[in-house]
Amino acid sequence: MSLLYEMNQKALALGVPISVHLDVTYRCNERCIHCYLDHDDHGEMTTPEIEDLLAQLADAGVFFLTLSGGEVFMRRDFFTILSHARRHLFNVKVKTNAAMIREPEAKQLRDLGVEQIQISVYSHRAEVHDAVTKLPGSHRRTIEAIRFLKSQGLKVVIANVLMGVNVDDHLGVMALARELQVPYTLDPTITPKMDGDTSLLDLRIAGEQLGQIFRQRELVGNVEEFCAPPTAPDESVMDGYPCSAGHTACYISPYGDVFPCVQFPLPCGNIRQQKFIDIWRTSAQFNEVRSIRARDLPVCSTCAHVGTCTRCPGLAYIEGNMRGPSSADCEKSFQRTGIPSANMLRGTTARPGPLVQIQPAPIS
Amino acid sequence: MILGGLITEKYISRSSAIAARLVGGEMMIMSAVDSTFFTLNEVATVIWQAADGQTSLKEIVHTRICSDFDVDLAQAQQDADQFVSELANHGILNVSPIPITGADSR
Repeated sequence: MSLLYEMNQKALALGVPISVHLDVTYRCNERCIHCYLDHDDHGEMTTPEIEDLLAQLADAGVFFLTLSGGEVFMRRDFFTILSHARRHLFNVKVKTNAAMIREPEAKQLRDLGVEQIQISVYSHRAEVHDAVTKLPGSHRRTIEAIRFLKSQGLKVVIANVLMGVNVDDHLGVMALARELQVPYTLDPTITPKMDGDTSLLDLRIAGEQLGQIFRQRELVGNVEEFCAPPTAPDESVMDGYPCSAGHTACYISPYGDVFPCVQFPLPCGNIRQQKFIDIWRTSAQFNEVRSIRARDLPVCSTCAHVGTCTRCPGLAYIEGNMRGPSSADCEKSFQRTGIPSANMLRGTTARPGPLVQIQPAPIS
Repeated sequence: MILGGLITEKYISRSSAIAARLVGGEMMIMSAVDSTFFTLNEVATVIWQAADGQTSLKEIVHTRICSDFDVDLAQAQQDADQFVSELANHGILNVSPIPITGADSR
């Protein structure tokens, strides 16, 4: 059992939000075809507001802080925010497309002691990457930035979002990651736009392609083990909670809205109206999320995959019911093992609607 | 004081190249240099919090550890030396034979 696991368990027992994902802006220099965000500024938190929020997060016990967007470097005060975060001794991870990182920015990131920079790369081929970002030259800029960051000794991770348009390129991106000497992660999750538009779901890779991905040793390690049929769940599984969202982690939007997770758009409060710790401790929405155990899920509790599924309660919420199945995860479990989920057997895995998505909370 | 290369007095300060947070009475610390993760027990947390660069380790042990915890001075000093040495090896604590100026005294 690792120390980190132990600390997470301790945070869970004490009700401490050990991880926070803070989007500092939704503005972006790229226009990625799969992006779920609205890139206009509807009233981002100011520098002093974010500084105050960071102090509140430190007091609340937050240790892991992810700063993301939008593109974080669209904020001219990003280094001020980052510097403030590090003064509060957060373990900071930055998610960026890196197109605006040159040598001086890389040096500043190093000097500020950032733990990790996660960078989106869609293909090893510039024309494919640039077609996804809709920013000509973005592939070259991003790869150059990775080299600048590596030369400063920073830890960089390549995140490869997989869609139909780049599904054949992931081995090329893996090879690129090896050449750059950075770890590689793959994510096939595509979510609806924040206004509820589901057209982005057409970008998802087909189920059979997912099945092929799950059988690649380079990605999953031991294929037999990874794709093994689920074992019968024990009591601890049924008493377990689905993920850290709302338990030890949460998400804060650029407008100060607090949610259980970036992928779980259930508004729980706004830091312009309440202190973070009061939202975290007393929000009825957070408390509802925390009350749910696997045995409370009407469909999933009857599913063979209940103990091994990556069911995302946020995606289930987007589909209309936080206690319901997440059909994308049903598909993953099916493609991984060949065994249909309880939800699939009901024959209701068609695209859901209407969808609930992130909306800024009204300011009273 | 340094005698024959042996540091007899140590001043310690917290590095800025770390992430740290007190959770349920235990300090969790991660080195930004090598990502080593530590959790400090109650006694080690007291030493960590007292590491202002101005107070010697001996004084910290005497005034903050032996006074508040049921522990023998010699044993406490030995444990503290070992603890400081380990954290210093990961760049988490700065150690000096003289007071450290500009250290974070929060």
